[in-house]
This record gives sequence, C-alpha cells and structure tokens, in this order.
Amino acid sequence: MVSQMAIKNREAFLDKLAATLGRERRIEGVERPEWSVTPQYEVFKDKTQDQLVEILAEHCRVIHTDFKRTDRKGLVSVLQETIDEFAGKSIIMSNDTRHEEYGINEFFKAAEDRLDVHVWNPALGKKNQEIAESADVGLVFSDVTLAESGTVTLFNHKDNGRSISLLPKTFIAIIPKSTLVARMTQAAAHIHNMQEQGEDVPSYVSFITGPSNSADIEMNLIVGVHGPVKATYIVVD
Amino acid sequence: MSVKIGEIPYKERIQNGIKDDFMRQAVSSAQGRFRNGRLTQAEALGNWEDWRQLGSEIRAHTMENLDFYLHQLSEQVARRGGNVFFAQTAEEANEYVKNIIKNKEAKKVVKAKSMVTEEIGLNNALEEAGAEVVESDLGEWILQLDEDPPSHIVTPALHKNKQQIRETFSKKKGYQGSDTPEELAAFAREQLRQDFLAADVGITGCNFAIAESGSITLVTNEGNAEMVTSLPDTVITVMGMERIVPTWEEMEVLVSLLTRAAVGQKLTSYITAITGAKGPEEVDGPEEFHLVVVDNGRSKILGTEFQSALHCIRCAACINACPVYRHIGGHAYNSIYPGPIGAVITPLLEGYDDHKELPYASTLCAACTEACPVKIPLHEHLVRHRQIIVEREKKAPMAEKLMMKGFEQWSSHPSLYNLSAKLAKPALGPWVKDEEIENGPGPLKEWTDVRNFSVPQGQSFRDWFKQRQKDGESNGNKES
Repeated sequence: MVSQMAIKNREAFLDKLAATLGRERRIEGVERPEWSVTPQYEVFKDKTQDQLVEILAEHCRVIHTDFKRTDRKGLVSVLQETIDEFAGKSIIMSNDTRHEEYGINEFFKAAEDRLDVHVWNPALGKKNQEIAESADVGLVFSDVTLAESGTVTLFNHKDNGRSISLLPKTFIAIIPKSTLVARMTQAAAHIHNMQEQGEDVPSYVSFITGPSNSADIEMNLIVGVHGPVKATYIVVD
Repeated sequence: MSVKIGEIPYKERIQNGIKDDFMRQAVSSAQGRFRNGRLTQAEALGNWEDWRQLGSEIRAHTMENLDFYLHQLSEQVARRGGNVFFAQTAEEANEYVKNIIKNKEAKKVVKAKSMVTEEIGLNNALEEAGAEVVESDLGEWILQLDEDPPSHIVTPALHKNKQQIRETFSKKKGYQGSDTPEELAAFAREQLRQDFLAADVGITGCNFAIAESGSITLVTNEGNAEMVTSLPDTVITVMGMERIVPTWEEMEVLVSLLTRAAVGQKLTSYITAITGAKGPEEVDGPEEFHLVVVDNGRSKILGTEFQSALHCIRCAACINACPVYRHIGGHAYNSIYPGPIGAVITPLLEGYDDHKELPYASTLCAACTEACPVKIPLHEHLVRHRQIIVEREKKAPMAEKLMMKGFEQWSSHPSLYNLSAKLAKPALGPWVKDEEIENGPGPLKEWTDVRNFSVPQGQSFRDWFKQRQKDGESNGNKES
C-alpha cells in the first residue's frame, strides 16, 4: 500500500460511484471478461518480416515520411545521405549500445570536423534539452516498429530523453528489421506483460508516426508544427 | 467557462450559425473529409463492426467497474511517485490546481488541448492564481488569442478562416507574414516553442488512463502534449472520471478506434503514455506529477439509462455525421460539447433548464449512432430526452406543443386533413417563389431558413400518391 498522502478524497468519491452503480465498492477481484470478438489479432496475422517491411514502406507515403532500406554495411552511408538531405550540422542521439553495435559511433567520430554530435548525458541535466532544441537532427533507434501505421515506439529513459525525438527540426529513426510487428496490438501486449511481471513500464512511452502536423487552419494539412518538420525511417536488415 | 458557453438564446444562435456562410461551408467540407476518412479506414480493416463491438464491450465493462479501475489507477500513479486528487465538483478541481500554482509561484502555464479543463473553467482559476495560461494546440491557441469558444472537439477553430487567423496573429502577436497556413503555423511554432521552454507548469487532459500501470495516454498530431509533459518541472493531468481503460491492451483498441473515427488516421503522429513522475536521473518529464480525477456531474449519468453516454471517447464521428450540425455549426449548441453527443450529455451534466432545445437539434436520422465507434445509441438517447422533457419536465418547445396538438386534431379528422391540405397551396401563396417556399411563416420558418420547401402541388399527399400509382400503372412502370 502506498502512502495515502499522495491520494486525496478517494474513498468518498469511489463509495459514491459504487452506490450509484447499486452495489458494494469493488477493490479487488475484477477480471477483464473474455471479449466476444478480438479483431485486433487478425490484422496482418500471417505476414513475414519482409512483408511487414513492405507494408511499412507503403504507409510511409501516407505519413509524409521518407523510407529507406539498407543493411548493416550500408547504414552509415544512408545515414550520411539523410543528414545531408536535412542539411544537418548538429545531431543529438541517445546513449545506446546499439550505436556502437551498428558502427554509428565510429562513423560520427570520423565525421567530427563536419558534424556536431551530442550524446544524451543525464549528468548535464537540462543542458540536454537546450542542445536538443537547437539541433538539426534527432537520431533514435526504434524499440518496437508498427508496420500498419508506420509507427516507431520509443521507451524513453535516463539515457534516451524524450526531447531527442521532439525538439530538433528533423527526426531520423533507425529501425532494425527485427523490431517490426504487425500493429500497436503487439507493442501494447509487450508492455502489458512487462507490467504483469512486476516490471515498471517506462515513465515515457512514445508512439511516433512521422513528422508533427496539424489541420487546424481551414483543414489544410500542415506538416511540421511543434515537433519535427521532417522525418526519415531507415530500416536495417 | 462551463459546459454552457453563453447567454444567447437558442434561436438566435441558430440564426447566427445559418447566416455564417464561411462556417457552413467549412463545416460541410470538414464533415465530408472526416467522414470519408473514417469510412476508408473502416473499410481497410474489413471487420469494422467487430471493432465497434469490442470497443463497446470494453467501455461497458469499464463503466460497470469504474470504482475498481479508478482505485487501481490511483494506487499505481502514487506508486510511481505521482499525486492523485479526486474532485467531485469543478470548484474542488480548480481549487486544487490553483493551490499547486500558488505553491510553485508559477508564472507561466502551458496547456495541451483538453475538453474537461474547458468544462470546469480551469483557465480562469489559473489566471486568478496569477499565472499566464498558454493554450498550445494550434486551434486552441488561435481561439485563445481571439477569446472565442471552440466549435468542434477535434478541430476547435473550424469556424475561422485564414484571413481571420492572420488578422488575430497580427493584432495580438505582431505577426507580419501572409495568410498561407504553412506560414501561420510556422509562426505559431516559433512563438509557442518559447512558451514551452519557459513554462513552470504543464497541464494536459487525458484520452485514456491505463489502470494497471497508472499511465496517462495522450493522442495528438502536433506534438504539443509531448512538449507540455516533457519540459515543465510540474505536470498536472485533469481527466473526466470515465476516461479510463483496464490495461494497455484495451488502450490500444480504443486508440485504434479513436484515431480512425476522429480523423481517418491509423494512428495520429503522437501517442504518448506518461507514467507518474520522472525516474531518478531522467532529465525530461516532471519532477512532480498530479492527476486530478473529475466527476462534475458524471456520476449523475452512471447507473442510469443514459450510462452508455459515458462510453464516449470524444472522437466527434457523430458530429461529423450530423446533418443538423452541418447547418447550424458548433456554437449553436451553446455547449463545449456540440453535435449529437453534446445534445445527449449537456442536459445530463447541467440539467434541462438551459439546454431543453438540444435534444430537438436532431432529425433522429441515426447517422450519429451508426458512426459511433463504441456503439452509443445516441439517437435513442435523444428520443428519451424528448420524452423526459415533455412528460417529466413539461418543457416541450411551444411550437412543438402547438403542432402536436394541432396535428392530433387535424390528422384524426379526415375531412379536416383533406381540407387543410388542399388549402395549403393558396394559403402559402405570399411566400412562394418559383414553386418553392423561401420564407415560410410560423413553424415553417426554421425549416425554410435552411432549405426551401416544395410547394404542395394543389393536391394532398394522398391525392398525389393515388395519382402517382395510377400513372405508374398506366406506364407499366411501378418503380418510376
């Protein structure tokens, strides 16, 4: 039981709801029923990993996102090309072991004189946000990728700040092919299982689908509002 | 502000809506696009009815066990370092938030779009506490600068054109650019970016709270809710008590329904779930997190025949399908919740006195019920409201009372019916122009303000039908 100091006015509030529903308060013992239909598991049920990549590529057109595909060997040159397209000089990225594994650290080290790269560092506190705010490119690795909607899922934590995918002008997501799933159903099930097994869900889970946009002015789609104005996904086989 | 927007009488509001050509054109084109989007997405899934069924089962189960899930939610939020305040009334909620603002000596508050904070009038309370409030959703920001209420729950500034927006930006913020939407949005981006970075407190609404983990899910396209929850040190989420799901698995289903039904997107650009305060060593996210759970009249709906109105996920699909909304626009409802769902819940939240006309702002065509992704029987609720208004509240609109009384006498006497139907054409003479009635008298007026009414062709419907059948038979074509 947690400290009751953090929760105020609960008992009277919930007692009233129970009374309104015409029964005693329920504090435990409620189970989700078996739903009569579960269409979410049917979507792209039998697709292979490569077919999911195709679906993702197709949907990127709808979400105003450039789609690129390469392998580990080709990754750094595709990355360079994308940074050039964004006229990127300054880059911010998470502190992630995958950067070493995929040869990205090495590549940035070699490009030191041209590119200003900041790796998220919790010790610097809010300075990270300032750097992200002025960065041209935010670079992330997708944790789970949803083919149906063209969505990258990020589990944000102390080494992977939310600002990286939010504040810079443009956004590049590296998508290991193994992270592809059919849709949000699989990502949600993963997080649900995490919770069931007593593991804390990340304090911030972001499902990001392309660049930010709005239709608030005369229903015209404007790509690029508060978040990044351009986005590229790079799928790595 | 409250649910009710202002004091202008119903008929005047309708006139204002009908006279606003830009608004009517904008609404009808927006309705068309939203509706097509929804239908396209429904078709792409192939089994949309199964999805709706699942959505309705999830909402029904959650409402039946609302006390259990709110208890679980509050335990989890607290476990993850957050605070939870249960507010029975708008005043209690506002007071709690106001105290946080005062204790923090907060100067600037940034908000992400939230209907419930409009409903409880939170902005006034924040200003009383001495804070500057900035709405960060582009549409809401435009309305805030212009001190205008929202007219649609998904695209709140739908009734404004880009010239008006340019004018507002230039008058209130010194904007000097053109009226192209891109340039206007770029200006808003630049202005609001400074507000996000400078804000002491962020305030959000909530699309779905997830009971099992204490997470708050926010659905946006602009990325403003992400800014509001990532940058300020204190974040307050205000949720209507019914905005909750059991687990991540149900959240996912309802988000899939919401984004499809609302804007025809598979998912919006940003769907974010925040859980409690930020962890040790985390830079982004709030040090202090508060969740305010608001009743404000909702418990009056729980346990009644209207309970399914609480299933609403605020997608506006019913609004986009409604032929009446199409003609009168959002402001005519005088409620921050317009359209069919607004006509159902506004009288439930605030009583019939000020809102007795709303259940009549419907043709009962059931397009709303058919559009609803969680299968709320909206038009049936509207019929039930009308019954209550007539039987219990004795508040039927005068015109309807007269008409019903007249109709009863008229239709029960065939001779009267025949006579009056035959008299109709000559009697309507003065208003007839090219065989259509343009400015109908009395009860016809509200109809003919919106569309012209065909003139009875000197014959009653029965006479006409008889004639038609005869013609059809003699032509050998019963279908024509």
